[in-house]
Amino acid sequence: MKQITTPISDEVIRELKVGDAVALSGMMVTGRDAVHKWMIDTFIKKTRAPQGDDLQVYEELKKILNGSVIYHCGPVVSGLDTKDYKFVAAGPTTSIREEPYQADVLKHFNIKGVIGKGGMGAKTLKGCEETPAVYFHAIGGAASYIAQTVTKVHGVFKLDFGVPEAIWVIEVKEFPVVVTMDSHGGSQHAVVEASSRKVLEDLLAR
Amino acid sequence: MRDLTNEILELIRRTSSSLPPDVEKKLRESIEKEEPGSPARGALETILKNIDLSREKSTPICQDTGTPIFYVHYPVGWSTIKLKGQIRSALAEATKRSFMRPNAVDAIYDKNTGNNLGGDDFPYVHFEEVEGDDLTIELMLKGGGCENVGRQYSLPDNSIGAGRDMAGVRKVVLDAVQKAQGQGCAPGILGVAIGGDRGTSYIKSKEVLFSEMGTRNTDPKLAELEERLTGEANEMGIGPMGFGGKTTVLDTKIIGLSRLPASYFVSVSYMCWAYRRRKLTVKGEEIIYD
Repeated sequence: MKQITTPISDEVIRELKVGDAVALSGMMVTGRDAVHKWMIDTFIKKTRAPQGDDLQVYEELKKILNGSVIYHCGPVVSGLDTKDYKFVAAGPTTSIREEPYQADVLKHFNIKGVIGKGGMGAKTLKGCEETPAVYFHAIGGAASYIAQTVTKVHGVFKLDFGVPEAIWVIEVKEFPVVVTMDSHGGSQHAVVEASSRKVLEDLLAR
Repeated sequence: MRDLTNEILELIRRTSSSLPPDVEKKLRESIEKEEPGSPARGALETILKNIDLSREKSTPICQDTGTPIFYVHYPVGWSTIKLKGQIRSALAEATKRSFMRPNAVDAIYDKNTGNNLGGDDFPYVHFEEVEGDDLTIELMLKGGGCENVGRQYSLPDNSIGAGRDMAGVRKVVLDAVQKAQGQGCAPGILGVAIGGDRGTSYIKSKEVLFSEMGTRNTDPKLAELEERLTGEANEMGIGPMGFGGKTTVLDTKIIGLSRLPASYFVSVSYMCWAYRRRKLTVKGEEIIYD
């Protein structure tokens, strides 16, 4: 298993290939549906004017995300009353919902990796080639196990999005993932989709 | 009438953190079918470690603690108003204790209520009065990832040549599995309802998932289709997490309903491997957790 720590260089990303098992360490942030839409609307397409602490959070995120990883995750967090936050359960959520946004978000913030589950589509794969970046597949549902790799919660932005949708800044140690989309156009998801479609066609013809 | 709030809280804790033995057994069996060193086998190994860890630490198996679906069978004399109130209190407390993630989001104003209570219909509670003295409360937690890959078909469906018969049902269920890929957290369990209207068909496709793994429909025609669908779904090679592999579907459950002459719905509810369902029985003074 390859050991990789954030921030990650382009050279390290280019070396990664579909099928590589990786243990990720370092700082990263969580972000899912509400966050991706907010990023695109407010800072990338600018169809919505920044409000409240938007600009302040944006400046912080630019620093943290540069060379780092965004994790599609809506965790269960304890210590909400005392702000002594701890991740209790933190597996990946389904990534395909971010397909309309992901490639632009990768490029805008120079993000080197997306962690999620279920894989993503052609637009994101192209974004991975151009940025460059990779898609790291975590094990869906393995929430208690993955939460143990989260060694520290550094803070949270946009908690008004709700606990699952907020931007949690976390530090992880040896978070286990598998590269399923690389920066050379390789996608395990496209391969399995095509081979299973072929079998389905045979089954339907029976 | 006895107050069951604490007992329901315990039911929620168990459901969220301890996978039922029949599901765990199936997962342990399936690991042997995957190639040593493959991503598929690695996924199942992590899944099994997570099952042990969640049980040991009373933490959620999956952070998506899902839609809480309660089925209550109560004897004459119990108040459903009071029982619903106790279920809601227990759920809010379970959320405070991190057994559950706050999961009720107002769809119009995008506001998470923070306590898993959202209007009258979240959580979903189904009541049914029964003969006898025992009260049972069953709870299923169904995550959003697998819920999103559920599908409903109206037969005939010309796009895949599915007519209004069992052959057509087979085709649409296989189509649903291929479209789901790994996104419903494969290996999954299929709940299939044939007939009904759009609403009842979907509800029954979930209700059928309360039955034990491996038990077959008493109608031999449906029992045979259940077996066949599980086998053929696995031929597609989607595998755990969609990594490619032998185990895509662990089991299939089918229920047949009445339909209108004009309608022929087939509803497929996809349940992720984290198939969380537990039962509480009140037998006189005794409380039994399955």
